Amino acid sequence: MTSWIEKQRSILDYTLSSLIRRKGKNISLFIVYTLVVFILASAMFFTEAMKREASLILKGAPEMVVQRLLMGRYDPIPLDYLQKIRGIRGVISADARLWGYYYDPAVGANYTVMAPRNQSIAQGKIIIGKGIARVRMINKGDILSFHAYDGQVRSFTIDGELPAASELVSADLILITEAGFRDLFGFPASHATDIVVSVRNPQELLTIARKISEQLPDTRPIIRDEIVRTYDSVFDWRGGMVIVLIMMALLAFVIFAWEKASGLSAEEKREIGILKAIGWETSDVIAVKTYEGSVVSFFSFAFGILLAYGHVFFSSAFLFAPALKGWSVLYPDFRITPFIDPHQVGILFFLTVVPYTVATIVPSWRAAIVDPDSVMRS
Amino acid sequence: MILHPAIVALVLVSFLIGGMMIYSAFFGVRIIGRWDIKSGSEEQLALERKTYLISTILSYVFVFQIGSLFLYVYTADSLHNLFVGAMCAAGSLYVDPYGYPTFILKILNCILAGLWLIVNYVDNRAYDYPLIRKKYVMLLILTPFFITEGISQWLYFAQMRADVITSCCGSLFSSERSGVGSEIAGLPVKAAMAGFYLSLVLTFATGLVFLIKEKWGRLFSFASGLLFLMSCVALVSFISLYFYELPTHHCPFCVLQREYGYIGYLLYAALLTGAVSGLGVGVLVTIRGGASLSGTLPLVQRRLAMICFLAYAMFAGISIYRMVSTDFTLGLF
Repeated sequence: MTSWIEKQRSILDYTLSSLIRRKGKNISLFIVYTLVVFILASAMFFTEAMKREASLILKGAPEMVVQRLLMGRYDPIPLDYLQKIRGIRGVISADARLWGYYYDPAVGANYTVMAPRNQSIAQGKIIIGKGIARVRMINKGDILSFHAYDGQVRSFTIDGELPAASELVSADLILITEAGFRDLFGFPASHATDIVVSVRNPQELLTIARKISEQLPDTRPIIRDEIVRTYDSVFDWRGGMVIVLIMMALLAFVIFAWEKASGLSAEEKREIGILKAIGWETSDVIAVKTYEGSVVSFFSFAFGILLAYGHVFFSSAFLFAPALKGWSVLYPDFRITPFIDPHQVGILFFLTVVPYTVATIVPSWRAAIVDPDSVMRS
Repeated sequence: MILHPAIVALVLVSFLIGGMMIYSAFFGVRIIGRWDIKSGSEEQLALERKTYLISTILSYVFVFQIGSLFLYVYTADSLHNLFVGAMCAAGSLYVDPYGYPTFILKILNCILAGLWLIVNYVDNRAYDYPLIRKKYVMLLILTPFFITEGISQWLYFAQMRADVITSCCGSLFSSERSGVGSEIAGLPVKAAMAGFYLSLVLTFATGLVFLIKEKWGRLFSFASGLLFLMSCVALVSFISLYFYELPTHHCPFCVLQREYGYIGYLLYAALLTGAVSGLGVGVLVTIRGGASLSGTLPLVQRRLAMICFLAYAMFAGISIYRMVSTDFTLGLF
């Protein structure tokens, strides 16, 4: 056993010194390799982090939302539906929600306007999100005017800003009184945007959803789990798309690695020839090449992941965010919570190190079978 | 098809492994047909050099195969929230009929590749390659298994559909579908326990006879294979219950999670090592080898038997320790 370890140690020793001797070739390989790992890792860390953020936010979302459909399109829901839903056994509460979008031509952005159910706001006052405060450069005490549905201007005094902690969801949010909301949009008093339902036993969610759609056939109940599932698969799909696109780059990298590994210089060939002449076996030379590959892979993989970590979690993935986050004018300003799990590292390993290793098997073997006699003669 | 990064990685690796196996099998056919150790011809020299390439390739295949087995389980687990009713990997694998066959093929291929490497290792100890033809016939038998695994895995992922909201209706789809089964039913606990402990005793008894008297090698090997199967059954029907401390949760995958300290990796690694080394003894006894191996073969067999002992002892030790140390009880004793 000790002799085996000693042998491996000597081979590793030789490998490292030969890697250092050929600095130029190996550094170019290292840079390209690191770049490939970096791009893939950034895409994956970012989508995974977005999934986590989304699921954390959705934890606070209502268990079930009931919307009304008219001609297959979403429509305001009549308030008398509330009584019918409350009458279903197992429903703890059903409440109407008032929310909508307001397009502000001054900044070209959509705001989300909402009348909160459990927060009282004084008449003629509003509370705004950080994003709006930033783009409109307004603060507490300032007046914000809106064009109402009838073309008249309605003005509201800003009563405060929403806390920064909730910025991911509240960057574009405006909280307003119910009366102000109905007045601004000309929304009839008999209707609401949608209804949120809470249920005593979560296992009964599906049954209650079915009862609602039976009793009120023109509605569609949406369960929180379904939203989580949809977000998950949308982010997975985006991440997968990016990876499929990067696959082309990966292919180029594999060809590059193949070239690098098979383009042996005359000097390298002579070196291997001498090693074999002094008693090294073919398998020992293959071992050297394997160690070489592992050392390069280890450093490139580790360095690529570190770079991607910095890129995603410290600079909020400034290179990829526009493509992966989705489309919006008012981006929330937030820093993603750092999070990596072994699964992601495993996937990255399979996407980068494995193709690289496979590409170098045949070239290493070719290098290892050189005939010492013919190489040293030439 | 769900375009999850892990699925892309698994499919990519299965393509690479399949390609490497076909490439090796192609040369395997040539070696079986043309190998002549006494000849000094150009072709024989080329074939001898090729054997180095094939053993290198197969070593990598073995490593990647083990990795892909664990990645597969992990991926199935992380996909569970896309399907109604699935609680963990056990549920996601039920989503379509190819989930479990792929999983079983992956385990089988790990063991087969491990056995091939053992034979290869022994063959390389001798100067005249006594096992070369048998080794490459074995390789030809292995290749279809790997290709089947790749196809089955592809079908599994290709047929996957996430239960997401469509524009016309929300939960209607969820309520119409009955949902996939999220629990695996285990064998009755007493029968599984009896089978597990009996095969454990059988393996250790025949193993001792083999180590001391160098006979019953095949019986020992058979017992260790049986123990592998019984351990899998035991894991599902009672060992997992002690880890989860829950009398209804028979999942063999959740032990791989962080909540249980990743202890599952140790358990499965021990099981796979035990199976490969135990079955390896039987394979070596069966194919024997010429005079040039008479010195090394018994040595390798003894070592394999020791490794098999250690691995199964570790598996049984961890499981039994957990059963004894936890407050949870199945109320059998």
